[in-house]
Amino acid sequence: MPQVFHPSMNTISRVTIFGAVLIVAGLLAVVFTIVRSPYITEVNVVREQPVPFSHQHHVGDVGLDCRYCHTSVEDSSFAGIPPTATCMNCHSQLFADSEMLEPVRESYRTGTPLEWTRVSDVPDFVYFNHSVHVRKGVACVTCHGDVAKMPLMWREHTLFMQWCLDCHWHPEQYVGSPQAVFASGSSGDRQRVAEDLSAVVEVESQTSCYTCHR
Amino acid sequence: MAQSGKNLKHGSTRQQPLVGDYTFGSVTDKISAIVLRGRTPRNWYFGFAVAFLLVMVLLWSVGYLFLRGVGIWGINMPVAWGFAIVNFVWWIGIGHAGTLISAILLLLRQQWRTSINRFAEAMTLFAVACAGLFPLLHLGRPEYFYYLVPYPATTGMWPQFRSPLMWDFFAVATYATVSLFFWYVGLIPDLATLRDRAKRRFSRIAYGFLAMGWRGSARHWQRYQRAYLLLAGLATPLVVSVHTIVSLDFAVSIIPGWHTTVFPPYFVAGAIYSGFAMVLTIAIPLRAVYGLQDLVTARHLDNMAKVMLASGLVVAYGYLIEAFIAWYSGNLFERYMMLNRAFGEYGWCYWLLIASNIVVPQLLWFRSVRHSVPLLFVIALVINVGMWLERFIIVVVSLSRDFLPSSWGLYVPTFWDWATFIGTIGLFAALLFVFIRLLPMISIFEMRELLEESKGEHS
Repeated sequence: MPQVFHPSMNTISRVTIFGAVLIVAGLLAVVFTIVRSPYITEVNVVREQPVPFSHQHHVGDVGLDCRYCHTSVEDSSFAGIPPTATCMNCHSQLFADSEMLEPVRESYRTGTPLEWTRVSDVPDFVYFNHSVHVRKGVACVTCHGDVAKMPLMWREHTLFMQWCLDCHWHPEQYVGSPQAVFASGSSGDRQRVAEDLSAVVEVESQTSCYTCHR
Repeated sequence: MAQSGKNLKHGSTRQQPLVGDYTFGSVTDKISAIVLRGRTPRNWYFGFAVAFLLVMVLLWSVGYLFLRGVGIWGINMPVAWGFAIVNFVWWIGIGHAGTLISAILLLLRQQWRTSINRFAEAMTLFAVACAGLFPLLHLGRPEYFYYLVPYPATTGMWPQFRSPLMWDFFAVATYATVSLFFWYVGLIPDLATLRDRAKRRFSRIAYGFLAMGWRGSARHWQRYQRAYLLLAGLATPLVVSVHTIVSLDFAVSIIPGWHTTVFPPYFVAGAIYSGFAMVLTIAIPLRAVYGLQDLVTARHLDNMAKVMLASGLVVAYGYLIEAFIAWYSGNLFERYMMLNRAFGEYGWCYWLLIASNIVVPQLLWFRSVRHSVPLLFVIALVINVGMWLERFIIVVVSLSRDFLPSSWGLYVPTFWDWATFIGTIGLFAALLFVFIRLLPMISIFEMRELLEESKGEHS
């Protein structure tokens, strides 16, 4: 009886069997990598804004306090985006003729708010509250990065649930003095502050599902 | 031969041959001809058509379920586990006989397993496939079933490893994988036989592809035996572990009627009991239709009946202990649970269960019953029903009456409950029909081995 298969089938079948394992493993690795890549997470990706607003200039050079613009951060879930009037407090006098700031003046003239693109946004099924984090001593830089060194705004962290949980599991490593919440600086500096203060500040690990998903 | 003839006259089952008067060639012809004959018999078409119709019923009810959600079933608080879980436990239990036959009886060198292991293993696979459907359908949001898989998610969230429902997922997944490998590895030499005997080019290529280049050399056989024994060793603990973990789904909770330490052994015995009943339910029509009475002999049926009787007695002991502990514990809720089981709304289920799982199987003590094929078939069917009722009573009756009368409630299955259940029976039957049409339902090479060994016995 003639052979059903050519002898080359031996090699072909070995290659396909082991190849299939490698391909499946490879596909999983690709998915794993893409999900964590800046393409999906937008970490370090500068977003287009109506006006190229520089936190580096306003916070780092001028020395504005975060709360000058983000007024509701201590009392509300939402930190607050300033109305155009806040910009015009200064910019009615400073750079009043700047071409770059024309959208701001137009917004002020017409009463149409500027439509900023939100950089740090958690999904709608997450109930995030700024005020409790600020009150417990989680500094702005811990989540948003050192905006005083950001000429344009980008997302500093992935905002993955894993990232939220890192702190919720071990708050003592991230929480600092409530008085220093609005200070600039790297999160490394803050960690050192935290070691001294974690004993006095009342911090609990909040990891019940209902803390964030209500 | 004279000796076996004499034994037949005396009617001693022990000495009856396990296999009829065959040679290596004729036994191979007989089994492979069922698959390789050109025309598909008409009764096969009829049976498959009925099964296929029921598969359509399954697809229809699952489609409607996905459209409307689990509200189409009779489940609600407090009975949130209805038919889906009853059917899951029933199907997964049925699978256990296949694993017991193929793994434990192999390691114990019980030669009579040879004629029935192949289709019993197939039965295991198909029963696990039916069982696996139910927890997923029961999820309500089946698209999130992968939450059960521990993979490095960006959520940093892992499945709850302390939950028996999580262990269940692993137990069933392992069971399905090992059963599939065991079945397939067992098939390889037979697939090569079919490849060599097939007339049509397509069949030769298809079977040749599946036989993975098996040539039957001494080296092949030596490696094969080693692999087969290793797989049997892997499958052996599964016979005990899978249904133990299924029982823990209940036993770990605090509901009266679930919170019982006797559950693991009693579930395992029940699984073997229902599994052998299902093997008989399949074997009896198969040997009649395909004329396999001299391969699956009276001695096989007799042995299976004995296993059923033994495991049935363990199950009866489980029922007895449940009732005893309900009284002996002095616990009000346990006592009420037992009274409610026997005399409550679903009391008739309990007495039907006692009748079909304890009373009727006692007939198997009689040799004449074990040798009456129609009676055995009826008893096997009765046990299948009884074991389903057992799971119904455990799941539904326990939930319907818990500690607080304010949270009592009844469960009434809806049309969709029944349609889904009957649909899976159709799926099971359809898969079996495809299996007996395309693959040898009795292991050819193991029958040849058995012939060789029994020749030595008789000379």
